[in-house]
Amino acid sequence: MAILQNKLRPFSATCCLGLAFVVLAACLGYGQTTNSCLDCHSALPDPLGVSQEKFSQDIHAQKGLTCVSCHGGDPTSDDPDKAMSRKDGWNGKIDRKQIPQLCGSCHSDPAYIRQFNPSLRTDQLDQYRTSVHGKRLASGDTKVAVCTDCHSVHDLRAPSDPRSTVNPVNVANTCAHCHSDAGYMKGYSIPTDQFAKYSTSVHHEAMAVRGDLSAPTCSTCHGNHGAVPPGVDKIQNVCSNCHAFQAQMYEKSSHKKAFDAASLPGCVVCHGNHGIVHPTDAYLGTGPEAVCMRCHTPGDKCDQARAALQSGLNRLDDAIKSADRVLGVAESSGMEVSEARLGQDQARDSLTKARVTIHSFRTDLVDQDIQAGMKIAAKNLQAGKEAMVERNRRRIGLGISLIAVGIVLAGLWLYIKKIES
Amino acid sequence: MPTQSQGMASPGGPLSAPTPRRRFVEMLLGSGFLATAVAFLYPVLRYLVPPKASDLGSDAVVAGHVGELKPNSGKIFRFGNRPGLLIRTASGEYRAMSAICTHLSCTVQYRDDLREVWCACHNGKYDLNGRNISGPPPRPLEAFEVQVRGDAIFVRRRLEG
Amino acid sequence: MSPLRTLRSWLDERFGWDDLLAPLRKKTVPLHKLSYWYFLGGITLFLFVIQVLTGILLLLYYRPGANEAFESVQYIMTQVKFGWLIRSIHSWSANLMIFTAFAHMFSVLFLKAYRKPRELTWVSGVILLFLVMGFGFSGYLLPWNTLAFFATKVGTEITAQVPIIGKPMMIFLRGGEEVTGATLTRFFGFHVAVLPGLATLLILLHVLLVQRLGISIPPKLETQWIANPSAKREMKFFPNFMLRELMAWYVALGVLGALAAIFPWNLGVKADPFAPAPAGIKPEWYFLFMFQTLKLIPPRVWFMDGEVLGVLAFGLVGLLWLLLPFLESDQPSRTKRWITGLAVFALAYVAGMSVYGHLAK
Repeated sequence: MAILQNKLRPFSATCCLGLAFVVLAACLGYGQTTNSCLDCHSALPDPLGVSQEKFSQDIHAQKGLTCVSCHGGDPTSDDPDKAMSRKDGWNGKIDRKQIPQLCGSCHSDPAYIRQFNPSLRTDQLDQYRTSVHGKRLASGDTKVAVCTDCHSVHDLRAPSDPRSTVNPVNVANTCAHCHSDAGYMKGYSIPTDQFAKYSTSVHHEAMAVRGDLSAPTCSTCHGNHGAVPPGVDKIQNVCSNCHAFQAQMYEKSSHKKAFDAASLPGCVVCHGNHGIVHPTDAYLGTGPEAVCMRCHTPGDKCDQARAALQSGLNRLDDAIKSADRVLGVAESSGMEVSEARLGQDQARDSLTKARVTIHSFRTDLVDQDIQAGMKIAAKNLQAGKEAMVERNRRRIGLGISLIAVGIVLAGLWLYIKKIES
Repeated sequence: MPTQSQGMASPGGPLSAPTPRRRFVEMLLGSGFLATAVAFLYPVLRYLVPPKASDLGSDAVVAGHVGELKPNSGKIFRFGNRPGLLIRTASGEYRAMSAICTHLSCTVQYRDDLREVWCACHNGKYDLNGRNISGPPPRPLEAFEVQVRGDAIFVRRRLEG
Repeated sequence: MSPLRTLRSWLDERFGWDDLLAPLRKKTVPLHKLSYWYFLGGITLFLFVIQVLTGILLLLYYRPGANEAFESVQYIMTQVKFGWLIRSIHSWSANLMIFTAFAHMFSVLFLKAYRKPRELTWVSGVILLFLVMGFGFSGYLLPWNTLAFFATKVGTEITAQVPIIGKPMMIFLRGGEEVTGATLTRFFGFHVAVLPGLATLLILLHVLLVQRLGISIPPKLETQWIANPSAKREMKFFPNFMLRELMAWYVALGVLGALAAIFPWNLGVKADPFAPAPAGIKPEWYFLFMFQTLKLIPPRVWFMDGEVLGVLAFGLVGLLWLLLPFLESDQPSRTKRWITGLAVFALAYVAGMSVYGHLAK
């Protein structure tokens, strides 16, 4: 029996090893459909290189599409002549002018796209054709953006993926690739400072710093597939999508008529388009940040109204600040003033409202909001002052009781001295 | 009170006629004790009397009274340290929710024309359950529980679990 | 007869006061350079009484329960007449009491007053010190503000580090796996019923023992006075020392009032269990030396988890502290000097680590 076991051992070992090898090979090979394209192209350097790793990130690959879906050819053959035979349908590198058509061949086909994602839109190609990029492409300019320039290619991700080039947080960077490149944009009559300006804006801060995905980026105002700068007369429609209240006020105001008549772009006149920063009350002033004084003559009726508006806002702001100061002192002395602090929030809301009402350019309306806020701030200031009075009363009470304690201490001391003398 | 004095004699023992000096010390001590006792007892006695403001910020707050709100209208009330919104729907029932917009913390309001809760800052909209339905707000408004007891409308936080 | 005399004799006929108090009249306090340290025990007791009184007053308005506790304390601070005073005195007196309790313990340690026959006084005192720190820990949570919530979370998590029994202990303390309203209810029960009951018993024992055994004299002085009885200097406890103690108590009262009026105790923000912990959460100052030590221990020491080692080490030190009189009693004088040295080191360590913990981020 021992002899048999001895002989058996090497044999069974080889069997196990062989089995393991087969299993390993099968595992490695499992799931790989024959794709001769990637076999070569994953080893090639850029611009011909596409690695398996890169392509596996692509949403098309994940949905089952492969190289041949767009490029044609024969993926089963290792022979380049057979795999990449134009005669047999291989497209090679897709010409830029053909790209929108190619993508649209699936993405504009509702019946086809429905199989993958029924809620995906299929009008992108139509929109693109109305855009500046689409129109220029049609007239022969191949420098403009086509689908792959924004969406990337071979590692195309769904827009909801934070790594996607068209995810809201990345859109501005994607547009800036061309639009901030002064060299590339030479010959076009548009500026290239939009991204730089946008990066200073409050909208960019909301998106990039605060992570608010609802904040506007390039495509929010310009559109994505149908990208076009909004017309001069259409801009307030764009802004009003979020800033509804201001837009409503502006709509009824004297400035709308005046700006429309002068073909001025509404909101942009005072707030800018790309570098929109947080407005300050100084806009209503006469200093370097003043916007009113760019058009209005000093001393005229409008200038007087401007001064009234500014002084109203300043008055309320000062009232709120002084109430805050008193409340702060009261708080640090240990007085409980949380109710008044809450009231300050309401006062600040009034100030915000007043600043919105500025867009009606009516001193009477703004004054209403200012007065409401002043009342609240005055009430809170009063509460703060009362807290300080109470604080002083406490200290006086303390002083009196300390005097009483002092009397006792003196009395005890004398008494002790006496009984021990 | 001590009856033995230590050491050398004070003029006469404690039972002899008190000297002016001793009287002074005793007066001082007595008045001091009295003063400190008053200083101690006065606050305690005042403390024991319950204050008039009976709602100690208990979990329920009176947001309004029956009849104050017409159907299809709303009002802001104070809920703890924050503003709350009390709505009377067109069908007459009461809803209450936090009035702090979940976008940038502006105070929301009830729009009777839209029959929705609206935020004036960036046009955010919420439905009558507080759910954010349009615009930038990322989260719903915290909904509160409403109870009408007698004439008063009480609002309290929804209990956990 | 003066009215006071009449009252006294009336009471004496019914209570037998005079016989009961007779030993008290004979009690003396040794007088020497370090006699002032003898005040500390009395001050601690006085502050404890203040705590009980202000605590009872606070009980009239405080509501335990996660949704009412903070608001009720806010109510006391803002609406109740002199509520701010009662609450601030309670908080300040708590801290002062813990300080004087530590000081009292260290002074007894250095004056070697724990020697035979006073071992049980020491033991009851050390247990009282632990109880007092338990009072501090449980009371701190009661206003249910953010700092207290997270300090309790961190503190109870540390107890879970004790091997085997740690987790059950933590669940017992928290009333569950996490710090919730159940923890608040439980801590309230500890703070107003369990701990006061235990503390009262131990204080009675402690004070009784002090009365029966008299005040201890430092060892060197004791040998001197035995050799030379005429050099002995003492003061009658009643009324002389008592009156001086009364002065100290009045000073403490004045200090408390001033602290409460000028530095009222903070209310903070209501605890939100779902909010992230604020950065740099620290326990109250009397736990800082332990907390800081645990922070400094490396994550792994030899084969043990660092924090577990720290907790066990403190447990061991606590036990040794408790049993110090028995461990030290029959040792040669060289060992005794060593122990004194260790005691000095302990004081420096506690003080130094507390300061370090306070200054560290």
